[in-house]
Order: sequence, then structure tokens, then C-alpha cells
Amino acid sequence: MKNTLLIACAGLALSLPARADSLPLPADAPPSFKAECGGCHLPFPPALLTAPDWKRVMARLDRHYGDNASLDETTRREIEGFLVRHAATRSRLSGAGDPPRLTRTEWFLREHRKVPDGIWRDARVKSASNCAACHTRAEAGSFREREIVLPGAGKRERD
Amino acid sequence: MKKPVLLFLLAVTSTAWSAAPRDLAEAYAAEASRQAPGFKASPQRGAEFYAKRFAVSDKMPACSACHTDSPARPGQHAVTGKAIKPLAPRAEAARFSDPAKVEKWFRRNCTEVLGRECSAAEKADFVSFVAEGL
Repeated sequence: MKNTLLIACAGLALSLPARADSLPLPADAPPSFKAECGGCHLPFPPALLTAPDWKRVMARLDRHYGDNASLDETTRREIEGFLVRHAATRSRLSGAGDPPRLTRTEWFLREHRKVPDGIWRDARVKSASNCAACHTRAEAGSFREREIVLPGAGKRERD
Repeated sequence: MKKPVLLFLLAVTSTAWSAAPRDLAEAYAAEASRQAPGFKASPQRGAEFYAKRFAVSDKMPACSACHTDSPARPGQHAVTGKAIKPLAPRAEAARFSDPAKVEKWFRRNCTEVLGRECSAAEKADFVSFVAEGL
């Protein structure tokens, strides 16, 4: 009996999607999140970094990956609160480095391990953080495999 | 920013009235003319400013680093690669309709590209070029 249950659980775990392909913007996102963060890059899903890493990012906005992205304190707190509320809790999403980069987590690297080197250097991609360069519906929080179009390489073939 | 223009911009934003780019250019020109009597916005000077290589920032030496050589064309952020809609209202109607947003991006982008904030005169020229063309 015990064994059957164990096998059933294992089966269920395997059938769960291995990819987080749907990362819609949480409903309590303040308008400032899209307006401020989304001004220069995709407003990243908060679930892609841990709370300590988001706090690190938000504590140094004057030196934000080579840019001065300073905000007034009210807006800064509002955005930080939102990011921390929806932050990742799994260890695969820690280890983002310092400064934290969500493109360096174990999860991100594993998800993107099959992306050819040339794609990362393509002028249309420019940066690993440019999700929308390949994930055609990233703006809508959708990262499904069938929506991926690699620049210059056409549709991504399924595994 | 000088007080009268600030008051004008506040009045505009608080009533949620969408300022036409022309109104915005005029507000900047009015501020500039208080510093330099007789100032008139010049699309020609705006075009020269838009094309100028300030070379203060490696990745963003000029407006064109992100906005291409023409404000009517879609651009791309020089660092993140994010797609940028055209700056010109004739190509992207919402541009220069929100004075607070315009001020925010002048502050950020002038600091990055010129290494200082832009003057009211520069803003007046820039808006008149981008909004109305040559």
C-alpha cells in the first residue's frame, strides 16, 4: 500500500510541468512596476529571483547594471514590496550572483542550455535579459515553448 | 526647472489633460525665453542635437544609440535590447502627450547621454524637431 502511494506520488511529480512557462504579472503589481522597470527592459516576473536578491537590486538603483535607475523612496519601496511578495523561494532560483542576475540562476541556465551561443550574441537579442527577443509572448507573461522564435533561426524545434 | 513651467506641467498632469507636443514645446520655449529673451524653438537645432555624438557614455554616445538616426523609426535599447517604439508622434501617437513622462525621460536620458540635465532651450528644440520634423 505504502509503495503504491509512493509510486503514485512519484508519477504525479513527473507529470507536473518541468517548465514555468506561464508567469503572468501578479494582480497586485503597482503601476510603477511596469512604468519604471518596464521602461528599459521587460518588467521581469518577480518569481525569477529570491527576496534577498530583489532587495539587493532595489538597494542600489543608482548603479543598476551600468545605469542610474534611481527612484523616489516611495516608489522604490512600493516596487520592492511587490517584488519581495512574489519572490522565488526555491533554491534553484538562488545563486544569481552579485549583482544578482536572473539569467545566472541554476533554473535559468538549465532552461536555456540548448540555446546556441550565436543566438546570445545576435544583435537582435543583445542581452540574455531580453526575454522578448525569442519569447514572442513574454510581454503577456507567457513563455511557452511553441511561442519561441529564435532570431534568424525560425521556430524552435521541440525536444 | 523654473517655477512657471513646473506649475504649467503640474496643472496639465493634475487635470489629466493630454498636452499636445506643440504645447509642450511652447512651454519649454517660454521657459527658455525667460533665460534668453527672444528665444524661439528651432527644429533645425533640434535635429543637430539629435544627431550629435556627445560620447560621454560608451554604450549611449548619442540619441541614435537607442532611437536610430530617425525619430520616426522603432529603436532598440543599446544595453538591454528591448524594443523601443518610435519617438515621433506621427509614428507613435502617445509620444509627448504626458509632460511628467517627458520630463522623466529627459532627466534620465540627458544625464546618461550628455552627462548633465538638458536645458529648457534644448528641450524646446528637441520636441519641435521630433514632433514636427524639419
